Amino acid sequence: METAAVTTLQHNRIALALHEIRPGRGRPMLLLHGLGEDASRVSRHELDAWDGPVHALDFTGHGASSIAAGGGYFCEILMADADLALQHLGSATVVGRGLGGYIALLIAGARPEQVRGAVILDGPGLQGGGPAPTSLDLNRPAQTGETPDPVALTELTRDIRPPDYARTFAWQASALSGMDSAIAVAAVNRPPWLAEVASQPGVVECGLADALVLFSRSDGPSTEAG
Amino acid sequence: MDDNSEHRGYPGASAPARSRQVDASGVRIAVHEWGAEDAPPLLLAHGGFDFARTYDVFAPLLADAGWRVVSWDQRGHGDSDRAALYQWEADMRDAVAVLDSVSSAPVPLVGHSKGGSLTTHMAAGLPHRVSAVVNIDGIPSRRAMPDVQDRDRTKLLATDLAAWLDHRHDMVDAVRKPGTIEDLARRRGRMNPRLPVEWLEYLVTVGASRSDDGWRWKIDPTLRMGGFGPWRPEWSLQRLADVSAPFLALLGTEQELMGFGTTLDDVRGFVPPNGRVEEVDGAGHFVHIEQPDVVAALVLEHLADSVAKGRVA
Repeated sequence: METAAVTTLQHNRIALALHEIRPGRGRPMLLLHGLGEDASRVSRHELDAWDGPVHALDFTGHGASSIAAGGGYFCEILMADADLALQHLGSATVVGRGLGGYIALLIAGARPEQVRGAVILDGPGLQGGGPAPTSLDLNRPAQTGETPDPVALTELTRDIRPPDYARTFAWQASALSGMDSAIAVAAVNRPPWLAEVASQPGVVECGLADALVLFSRSDGPSTEAG
Repeated sequence: MDDNSEHRGYPGASAPARSRQVDASGVRIAVHEWGAEDAPPLLLAHGGFDFARTYDVFAPLLADAGWRVVSWDQRGHGDSDRAALYQWEADMRDAVAVLDSVSSAPVPLVGHSKGGSLTTHMAAGLPHRVSAVVNIDGIPSRRAMPDVQDRDRTKLLATDLAAWLDHRHDMVDAVRKPGTIEDLARRRGRMNPRLPVEWLEYLVTVGASRSDDGWRWKIDPTLRMGGFGPWRPEWSLQRLADVSAPFLALLGTEQELMGFGTTLDDVRGFVPPNGRVEEVDGAGHFVHIEQPDVVAALVLEHLADSVAKGRVA
């Protein structure tokens, strides 16, 4: 899909690409892609479900964002990627696929006033590395200079997601966002972290379109009238 | 290596005999060695916010006993590259790159604090590359976070998270705060209250660089202590139980800020059959700096035993 404009955001030594997929007025939707994907994977399904402007971020090591030489990727760094996008946009409703869905949960918990609802969709990297460490793998995949960075794929496949850790972010989003519901689970697949999140008070289970209708109605501290 | 360093001696301290670089997947790692180049090698890993030359007293004691002691500055520390990202397994892969540059045969690993934990994980992940392990006060066993109710922790975490994210915004072009040798030693002394000021001042001359406005520690200013994440200390204990190489853990008995607060009781259930844990009486977290001769003797004895066991096996 063609993108209208790209803004470069500097995250320490990484240059992040934030794509304006569709301009418009009112609160933006921020799309977070799945593991190995990039902003170009935005689908009609997502665009049609939202009336306002749409932006999509390429995570570190993905799409038009830069690669971390020597690796060192983990989900909290991607959460900080998303935070820079949020800072640029002011506030947003965040929709994430797979890995991006997990990051949407993290940023909703970490920036509960700026994230006006987070939707978790199926997609690559939804599972992560499971709830506890797997056997150690100290092999070093070669970096090619191309995205997606093979080291990012390896490391973010192993990212550990204990259910009680994920739950803490859901609680924070619920307790501190001022919204009746701050998290929507639209994914069919339910790895342990997501099963735990889905069962928490304030988390709704519904499709993307319904979730976006719900979140578009919610007011927030930095919501502009559309 | 530093042409702008100011020479200050410290009793028993020797600069490395050789320094070189290893390319760890695009991150240049500075390697420092003591002892004869053709002596049997061992790897020596430093702790967080330290650097290889914090071993300037300890490493020569092992080198004098006939070892080629190979240490390195972890990414972001000392003379190694500042990396885009820092993460535990990346540090381990950097360590493997150093190991690859030394030997494909099994070698002993010795490490302090975070470096001790690194060596223990390497022994569990690459058993065919490791002949023995000495872990010096490097076994995490409990959460740094206060033991509070989950619901209360939510608020604590929210504050921590916001602070961490704000810090990620502010780090572009960050530089360390400059100062005199005495200033830097005093700042480090706050985290190392048990170490002599002369030692801390010596560390400034080998671990900081000098420019017109003063000295700065050669540690990436974007590195941050503490933090948060899904990681839990009991996972390190589980790795400990996996180790098959002869294993020795040393614990300082005096608890202090930089230490993990781990006691014999915490570790006992996880010590592998080929391992043992010993306390070093009267020592804090920097066991090998407070009591270099005692620790070197314990390490050398363990390595001698391991070699002997290796012959039997």
